[in-house]
Amino acid sequence: MSTAIADKKPAAPEVIPTFTATLIIRRFDPDVDDEPRWEDFDVELYETDRVLDALHKIKWEMDGSLTFRRSCAHGICGSDAMRINGRNRLACKTLIKDLDITKPIYVEAIKGLPLEKDLIVDMEPFFDSYKEINPFLMAGATKGGKERKQSPVERARFDDTTKCILCAACTSSCPVFWTDGQYFGPAAIVNAHRFIFDSRDEGSQVRLDILNDKEGVWRCRTTFNCTDACPRGIQVTQAIAEVKQAILKGKP
Amino acid sequence: MPEKSASNLVAEPLSPPKIRSPRRPAGTLYRGNEGMWSWVLHRITGVAIYFFLLVHILDTALVRVSPEAYNAVIDTYKTPIMGLGEIALVAAIGFHALNGLRIILIDFWAFGAKHQRVLFWIVIAIWLVLLAGFIPRQLMHVFGG
Repeated sequence: MSTAIADKKPAAPEVIPTFTATLIIRRFDPDVDDEPRWEDFDVELYETDRVLDALHKIKWEMDGSLTFRRSCAHGICGSDAMRINGRNRLACKTLIKDLDITKPIYVEAIKGLPLEKDLIVDMEPFFDSYKEINPFLMAGATKGGKERKQSPVERARFDDTTKCILCAACTSSCPVFWTDGQYFGPAAIVNAHRFIFDSRDEGSQVRLDILNDKEGVWRCRTTFNCTDACPRGIQVTQAIAEVKQAILKGKP
Repeated sequence: MPEKSASNLVAEPLSPPKIRSPRRPAGTLYRGNEGMWSWVLHRITGVAIYFFLLVHILDTALVRVSPEAYNAVIDTYKTPIMGLGEIALVAAIGFHALNGLRIILIDFWAFGAKHQRVLFWIVIAIWLVLLAGFIPRQLMHVFGG
């Protein structure tokens, strides 16, 4: 019995196949560079590796100065949104093998926000417009201090927009936002949608008034870049369209 | 003297190059899908139509000033280049109108937002049918005499 088990064990650990991919990264060091520059790295990778693993490998083994943001590395914290082969993606949710590795993989910071270093942008303007739409439940005291009840149907109304992780992939994929940084951007509107259509919330009108602005929902040109970029699969453009209709109707 | 100029040639690459590499290594073009490109086309055709209307209002207003001048201007339009320009104009207006309907459907109809990609190809199909009907007729007008 014991020999049978021993026989099944491979003599030597099986070699996991690797492949080489070329990453071309748009680098910028404000202390040294006047302009961003492209730098390429050849990285040895496994089939299961994501773009984030490749960036780790570069930072840990090749060039420690490579700067990028990441935290949970599993698509929840929303720190590592970047432009991979010209599209906004989370580095931790993009498998290298899903990209065309016969060609170099282009990695650069998200567009439309001030570039700070390498793949890091200043997220403050993004969070400023997020804060402007009051992203919290606005509701007075309930009768008798009881809980606020909500039916499953009412909850489902805004379920899609609760998934947002504020990675800024949508906002920085928007051609309108690139040219007009004053535009609230898809992420802020998605988070407004989450409360506007919440039956427990009493501040819908306030939010609709904020978004019924020159720089509000009417700036949306339905390019659907945001819907394509969202790593959580939120139907962003549709949410914006629903807010537009709510403003026209005067109520959610 | 020839020796000196030869040494100059060798030394030259060491001096800092006068032509600098592209000043702003721009990021890659954002690779949007049908939605983004339909928006780009919509904007281009919109601006083009605006400029056409500007000229069109001016030349039509001329009839109030002097009918002779109006006729003279209209006669200059009857050239093959203007005939081809009319094809571009009809193509631009056709796309802008059809895609405009698509955008209305996206904004006011949940089905439209979900199936915008299909709608885009429907717009292109109707647009091509429109052009297939117009272009041969127009070419006959322009070149058929």
